[in-house]
Amino acid sequence: MAAGTLPQRRVHPVRSFLVGDEPMTTGLWGIIFFIFSEIMFFAGLIAAMLALHSDTLFWEPTNGAHRVEGDHVLPILFTILLVSTSIPMQFAAFAIRKGNRRAMLINMSIVLVVGTAFIINQYFEWSHAGFGISDGPYAATFYTLTGFHGAHVIGGLLFIFAQWLRGLLGHFDAKRNTAIEAATLYWHFVGFVWLLVIFPLVFFLS
Amino acid sequence: MATLAGAQTTPYAGANAWRVILEWLTTVDHKKIGIMYLWTAGAFGLVGMAFSLVMRTELAQTGTIISAETYNSIFTMHGSVMIFLFLLPVGAAFMNYSMPLQIGALDMAFPRINALSFWIFLFGGVLLTLSFAAEGGTASAGWTAYPPVTLDTASNAEPPGAGMDMWLVGVILLGQASIFGSINFLVTIFKMRAPGMTMWRLPLFTWTTLVTGLLILLSTPVLAAALVLGFIDRNGAEGAFFDPAAGGQPLLWQNLFWFYSHPAVYIMILPAMGIVSDVFGVFTRRPVFGYRSMVLALVAIGLLGFIVWAHHMFTTGGVFLPFFMGATFLIAVPTGVKMFNWIATMWRGSNIFPTAMLFSVGFLMLFLIGGITGVFHAAVPVDFALHDTYFVVGHFHYTMSIAATFGFLAGCYYWFPKMFGKFMNEGLGKLHFWLLFIGVNLVFFTQLMLGLDGMPRRINDYADNPGWELMNMLITIGAFVSAAGMMVFLYNVFYSLKWGERAGSDPWEGTTLEWATTSPPPAHNFDSLPEIRSERPLFDLRFGERLQDDPHYHVNGNGHGNGAGGVKTPSASAREEG
Repeated sequence: MAAGTLPQRRVHPVRSFLVGDEPMTTGLWGIIFFIFSEIMFFAGLIAAMLALHSDTLFWEPTNGAHRVEGDHVLPILFTILLVSTSIPMQFAAFAIRKGNRRAMLINMSIVLVVGTAFIINQYFEWSHAGFGISDGPYAATFYTLTGFHGAHVIGGLLFIFAQWLRGLLGHFDAKRNTAIEAATLYWHFVGFVWLLVIFPLVFFLS
Repeated sequence: MATLAGAQTTPYAGANAWRVILEWLTTVDHKKIGIMYLWTAGAFGLVGMAFSLVMRTELAQTGTIISAETYNSIFTMHGSVMIFLFLLPVGAAFMNYSMPLQIGALDMAFPRINALSFWIFLFGGVLLTLSFAAEGGTASAGWTAYPPVTLDTASNAEPPGAGMDMWLVGVILLGQASIFGSINFLVTIFKMRAPGMTMWRLPLFTWTTLVTGLLILLSTPVLAAALVLGFIDRNGAEGAFFDPAAGGQPLLWQNLFWFYSHPAVYIMILPAMGIVSDVFGVFTRRPVFGYRSMVLALVAIGLLGFIVWAHHMFTTGGVFLPFFMGATFLIAVPTGVKMFNWIATMWRGSNIFPTAMLFSVGFLMLFLIGGITGVFHAAVPVDFALHDTYFVVGHFHYTMSIAATFGFLAGCYYWFPKMFGKFMNEGLGKLHFWLLFIGVNLVFFTQLMLGLDGMPRRINDYADNPGWELMNMLITIGAFVSAAGMMVFLYNVFYSLKWGERAGSDPWEGTTLEWATTSPPPAHNFDSLPEIRSERPLFDLRFGERLQDDPHYHVNGNGHGNGAGGVKTPSASAREEG
């Protein structure tokens, strides 16, 4: 087909926003399927939480501990912080799509700092919870869900940190940036799941 | 064709034995990983079969030989080993080995993750088996592991020991291996297809790999959630999730567990269906009847598989019966479509019956009985009467266990020449088929009758009701006949590896791409690929020119899709050049 040319590729704006205009690599496909499996994992845990809450006389911690109203401030603050780090992470992806490695590194640094602060706050919350994992369904779901979510935040941070180091070493450009796109998608997932995890946990115990 | 006449070389001629071992241990080649899956799963399958023989010896007559505790442990490990360590990984073995070859890919999309999957699987399997050495023995709550018998709280009089934890962690690992594997299969099919291999030209086995991959991807994580909850329940949470005395809900486990385990039966049977479809496409010398309806039925089975899990829980009183009954009945429709298409493929075909074809026909018969008894169960009133009897045992063995095994054995006989460059012995193969076919029908048809008579499952001794001892003895005889059949198979494998007749690249006159390369294929799979203009590229290669002017010959085999009579469509040319 010497004379013919292929028609111009048209990219849907949503797809363009999320993963750029370049053809998607196998790595990106892989991380998207992986995120789907993670969504189903958290769906299982959250379904368990909703079922346990809907149908039990024992929901509240059995040792009588209660979270008071003022205790909502820190969780809400850090929820807002974690979810809003999706914005610098997306900006990092935008930056590297244009080949701007410096802007990418700066945006990723913000994500790393805020994400680490979130984990430190999680440690603080756990040590001040006032109940242990064996104190009934609420306590058990609280530790299980925040624990698994925290593990995913730590995993995401380690992944982003590794890519940040690679960026310092001069990896990534406008064409080769699958790992950054993958980290961005994964980070959006981690933030989104936190909303589904934290709101029931905070507001079901009033 | 250079690829069809490639010289046979022994890859390890003169190589140091340690080097060969090291190469297998560190390989990322999808073919080697597939073969390792096959050997490992086959070994675990023999272990599972040994457990079944112990159970059948115990049940042959009234009275007990082994204790109820041992019996619980044996039937639990029989189910767990057969499902998690035999049926699921054998499917993964064939998907690993054949799917990349069928779509003309060099390897999987993520070869190293593929190797990781295999090693996680092996580690999980070893952990599960090692639980025999644990204090308190293996898990003994059945492969479904319903709480509260799995718990170590006060509401369980005889709490299981560390074996239960090893079971939970082992199955989490096996699930993780499955998830990584499924991501690999899906990305490979979506991204690694050869030029010209459009979705509507995928061989049916590759289609089943795709649907199976989606089922694994979306259902296994839910099982993982259930398992981690179960593990935390035993280690820390003190029954808060599943023990009613501590505020937990046993039904929560059942819902999460069956949300995986119902799709899991399709994860086991769909690859077998794919193998059988490919085998029919070759040995009837016809294209498979209704290629597109086959694919759509497959997708429909996959979708419906996600909304019927609660039919395992009809008698709990905790599920909405009419919906799950109706949805379960619906599954019979796409399954019937597939059944019809397979029979229609054989109808007026130039059928030949090598062992692979025999096992495929055997698959049809066994799956028919299993499928129809499944429709019995879908009806709530019937299920109430038959729940937890041997009728259930007969039903699920007919479908997901024996029918699936027949499909996989067909795959063994069909792809053995491709894997090892040698035929399996046909005489021994036919002996294997008849022994196994008679044996399993003796076992499972008698179990159906025994179940109708009301014998409950999961007991190690039974009352001397009229006919029960006779039927149990027949089942035990059948089990040993089947085991003899499998011994013939085992002998046949080693015999054929050593003395088997040499097979060329394309010994069956196959139609799909794996037959376009040497047997065994080189590490990079293909030196060159034929043009792909239908779902039967090798048929086109062989007969396309001769049939060019035949109005009945369509290049894509089934009269659908773009172009006919060998005319290359613009989109196909663009793909090949672009």
